[in-house]
Amino acid sequence: MIAFLLKRTANAVFVMLAVALLAFVIFRFFGDPVEMMVNEQASLQDRVELRERLGLNDGFVTQYTRFVTNAVQGDFGISYRNQQDVMVLIKERFPATFELVLVATVISLVVGVPAGVITAVYRDSRLANMLQLGSIVGVSLPSFVVGILLILAFSVSLGWLPAFGRGETVDIGWWSTGLLTPSGRAALVLPAISLSTFQVTLVMRLVRAEMLETLRADYIKFARARGVPTARVQWRHALRNCLMPVITLTGMQIGNLIAFALVTETVFQWPGMGMLFIQAVTFVDLPVMAAYLLIVSFIFVALNTLVDITYAWVDPRLRDDSARGNG
Amino acid sequence: MKLRHLMLATAAVAALSGTAQAENVLKWGANRDIGSLDPYSFGDSFTINVLNHVYEGLVRYSKDLKIEPALAESWEILDDQITWRFKLREGVTFHNGNPFTAEDVVASLTRVSHETSPLKGNLPAYVSSKVVDDHSVDITLNGTYPLLLNDLTNIHIFDEEWLTENDALMPTDVGAGTEGYATYNANGTGPFIVDSRQPDAKTVFVANADWWDEPQHNLDKIELTPVNSAATRVAALLSGEISFTNDAPVQDLPRLAAAPNVEVLEGVDLRTVMIGFPFRDALTTGAPNPFKEKAVREALYKAIDLDLIHQKVMRGKSRTAGATVAPPIPGYVEALDNLPGYDPEASKALLAEAGVPEGLEFEFNCLSDGLVNEEQFCQAIASMWSRIGLAPKLDVAPRAVQSPKRTNGKTDVYTLGWATLPLLDSYSPLLQIFHSKTGNAGVFNWGGWSYPELDALIDAAGQELDLEARLALQTEALQMVKDEMIMIPLHQQPMAWAVTGEVAEMPLFADAKPRLWFARMGAGS
Amino acid sequence: MDNSIPLTTSAAPKRPSRLTQLRDSDLWYSFRAHPSAIFAAVLLALVAVTAFLAPLITPQNPYDLAALELWNSEIPPIWEAGGQWPYLLGTDTQGRDILSAVLYGSRISLIIGFASVLLALAVGLALGLVAGYFGGWIDNVIMRVGDVLLSMPFILIAILITAIASASLPTGLKDVLAAPILIFAIAVPSWVQYARTVRASAMVEAKKEYVQAAKLIRVKSWRIMLHHILPNCLTPILVAATLNFGLAILSEATLSFLGVGMPPDQPSLGTLIRIGNQYLFSGLWWIVVFPSIQLCLIVLSVNMIGDWLRDALNPKLR
Repeated sequence: MIAFLLKRTANAVFVMLAVALLAFVIFRFFGDPVEMMVNEQASLQDRVELRERLGLNDGFVTQYTRFVTNAVQGDFGISYRNQQDVMVLIKERFPATFELVLVATVISLVVGVPAGVITAVYRDSRLANMLQLGSIVGVSLPSFVVGILLILAFSVSLGWLPAFGRGETVDIGWWSTGLLTPSGRAALVLPAISLSTFQVTLVMRLVRAEMLETLRADYIKFARARGVPTARVQWRHALRNCLMPVITLTGMQIGNLIAFALVTETVFQWPGMGMLFIQAVTFVDLPVMAAYLLIVSFIFVALNTLVDITYAWVDPRLRDDSARGNG
Repeated sequence: MKLRHLMLATAAVAALSGTAQAENVLKWGANRDIGSLDPYSFGDSFTINVLNHVYEGLVRYSKDLKIEPALAESWEILDDQITWRFKLREGVTFHNGNPFTAEDVVASLTRVSHETSPLKGNLPAYVSSKVVDDHSVDITLNGTYPLLLNDLTNIHIFDEEWLTENDALMPTDVGAGTEGYATYNANGTGPFIVDSRQPDAKTVFVANADWWDEPQHNLDKIELTPVNSAATRVAALLSGEISFTNDAPVQDLPRLAAAPNVEVLEGVDLRTVMIGFPFRDALTTGAPNPFKEKAVREALYKAIDLDLIHQKVMRGKSRTAGATVAPPIPGYVEALDNLPGYDPEASKALLAEAGVPEGLEFEFNCLSDGLVNEEQFCQAIASMWSRIGLAPKLDVAPRAVQSPKRTNGKTDVYTLGWATLPLLDSYSPLLQIFHSKTGNAGVFNWGGWSYPELDALIDAAGQELDLEARLALQTEALQMVKDEMIMIPLHQQPMAWAVTGEVAEMPLFADAKPRLWFARMGAGS
Repeated sequence: MDNSIPLTTSAAPKRPSRLTQLRDSDLWYSFRAHPSAIFAAVLLALVAVTAFLAPLITPQNPYDLAALELWNSEIPPIWEAGGQWPYLLGTDTQGRDILSAVLYGSRISLIIGFASVLLALAVGLALGLVAGYFGGWIDNVIMRVGDVLLSMPFILIAILITAIASASLPTGLKDVLAAPILIFAIAVPSWVQYARTVRASAMVEAKKEYVQAAKLIRVKSWRIMLHHILPNCLTPILVAATLNFGLAILSEATLSFLGVGMPPDQPSLGTLIRIGNQYLFSGLWWIVVFPSIQLCLIVLSVNMIGDWLRDALNPKLR
């Protein structure tokens, strides 16, 4: 087990180093940060000097080594645009994205699990068919279209919910939360729904598939034969059995949701990490872009490694790497 | 100790009464955020404009955009012609209570003109400054220079003591990786005090009760929120989430104007939109560059249906321009403003005569985050040029991507908007755009042209202290620019602000800068 | 919009036999029994045919700048007051006919979606087979590269690739290469899924006696891979590819919506929606609505076919 643990961790570290290299290479060839920082009136001489001071003239290896060493220490430098410590900027934005992703995840479970069970248990019923159709529609609607439609309906036409921003936030230590104020909660509704559409259908489909499989398993048939009420069998025994894959999926999807939040955040002007990233792209704010890519990848890799290790812990057979084919 | 208790108590009372009474909170939805709280850390007019609510200069623009005394009460040019003596206003205090003195001016000018300051180009003639007494300062320049006051409107004054205490005497240096205290904190003399700031989310300003000037505004608080997407800004205004925006999308003005609770304020910006040509030997494709020929530039000019762009793309809100500066800018005369007339047949003839091959390919560089409806008018112009037998390749991208190509001559034809800020004088485009690239001059001469005669006129104007004589020189230079068709002026772009019914007064300025110390909110709000 | 949907995990990768004539007829039977599949197929066929015949049936070539007439901009759909023949669905702010733009845009969306899936499939199958069959360091290198790609969210990789490309290419090339870049950007993060599936079954098969025997009698490696291993994993891959086709179209639209996809003078559906979104409140609803409907219809029909295919090919669900 310890060998496996070490191996997985080493693997994760290797992956992160590779991501860092990729991030670094990519960002070196992007637009020109100097042009974004200098004043309209700056002369050619000023530009050359700034380039020198930023270390943009150093060799490739020197710049990469500096980049990784600093990144490991959580130092991503100073934002070219805001001139603030990038880590501080991301720390300020992280709660907004996290709360959005959290609420979207909760919605996806609260809606997706029952919908999945219903479509599996009452196969071919009218409700199940409707839900199935809904899930296909949900997976086919681009999230930006969903966002635009929600704004049109609930903000512009009905005026029920805010169209942008986070509302009032309350600071708890460095964490700013919008969950404690009415306006904060209202502002969260539309973005969270828009972000969760895709996730809801994922959960629902997974639960349905797992339920269909479980319901065919022998112990369920036994339970039924023993006279345990059908509903009880379905909702307690069968459902419990497919919760593990659902939790796994949810865990592994968090990284994706964080990344995908950048589309939602753009539509709703949600002040999270994704919007920071998109703005950084427009301004060629290299430190912010590098930090965002690395942090999101880190969350991604960490969650995946954790899931792998947990699985191996639960089921020793999986410690053999060769069985791990189907990621 | 006692004092602190007292202060806490007053603060508590103020907070209580603040919540009890209806406060006048102006919720400002801008199209972007300010870059920093340090006006010297980012050479960007919007940031400087917003921070002008907190910091002030020695002089300022009045409600009718005339230069008037601010932190300086009067000034004179000494006998050597290059030293200016400023008499400072007495009894002014900074937000932290420190008195305003000559030391503060010297420290601020030293800071802004420092080697590492991104704003040092905004004070091109500055050499040194020294304290004469507590309320007088001498500023020495590198020669006779007529536009110092215009420059100074944009140079904000910091508190020397506060800078020293917080180790912020130097401008923020990105290269050294140091953060500036002034990036997060502000301490000016202006009508508003920074209350809190979350970058890209919200910055809150509260009214300064101890402001030296008689306030014309009745605001208690300004909340500045960046709302990048134009559609969201409109939605937020309609739903009342913001009460003011300084960038209402032109295409949404009818809808906003029709909304019962929204008022649209329209005007024409001073910013003149122009198209520039390359003067290098070859195009980016490697083909010989025909744009060096005046006849070819003229052909492209005549192929543009300016009226159609005015009506369709700008929705009748722009002012079609023949001159490279707007009418209110000193140096403008009406004769500069006549138009060549739309004549695609003449264009074709000119092209044929100049031997320009059919289907000539060239790049047309536009910004996706630049001027008003830039993407649309660029597409329209590209389409007009296609019809006279050329093949423009439209290249639309964010400023960040385009700027390097433009400044390094890696593109052909490009757009440029120039508002003559902060000088509000035609000397600004002449020096920055039309002068040959030498030293501080011609920084925006992206096409790489050089007209020695024109340079001589501009240089002469830059040292002429007599206003009439200087403007005559500048007008002559502008006429030369027009005759040579170095750049094609299109229009002065429309400017549209919108406010909700809560806002009673919001003066619109031709330089497109909100000055909220003139804004008033309705009584019942 | 994410490449790790649990489809391949739930549809067990092990399949008893290759696709036979019998299975084909089963599939046909199942198809005829599912009205939704028929509906989706007809819809998709209709979209594809109109999209590919666009140059013949549309009144305007929306990509020809000289054909756009600014005077004809912002004409509403023909049934609204002010509508004009031949602009059935109205025009945009440049005088571009919306119907023409939607059909041409669909063509771009379909081509990009299809080509990126094809590219990812080709790369994924080849690398997966090689990795699973040979094992050792080749396997290690391929799978580590895959790990790295999968450790960055799909959409981020695509944004980065397209943004870099547009920043570094000269303008002349950028126009020509916009579509290939998108195809590449969408394919890069998605080949790994196929490679992993193939690799898993290749590893199992490679250990089997018949493969060992074939090796002994010196049957060429690629023959074994193509004839024995590949057919065994085709079913889950076919299902994944169909659903990924829908995802690829969505990805293209998302990138174009974010402004890093197709340029405004060769608009895809996503670009049209991005442009139209600016006029959402200006009363010009047709600019955003029609491309959105078309996009949703395309993805919906692809997904319905994919769903049906997955259920039809999964014996457990019968």
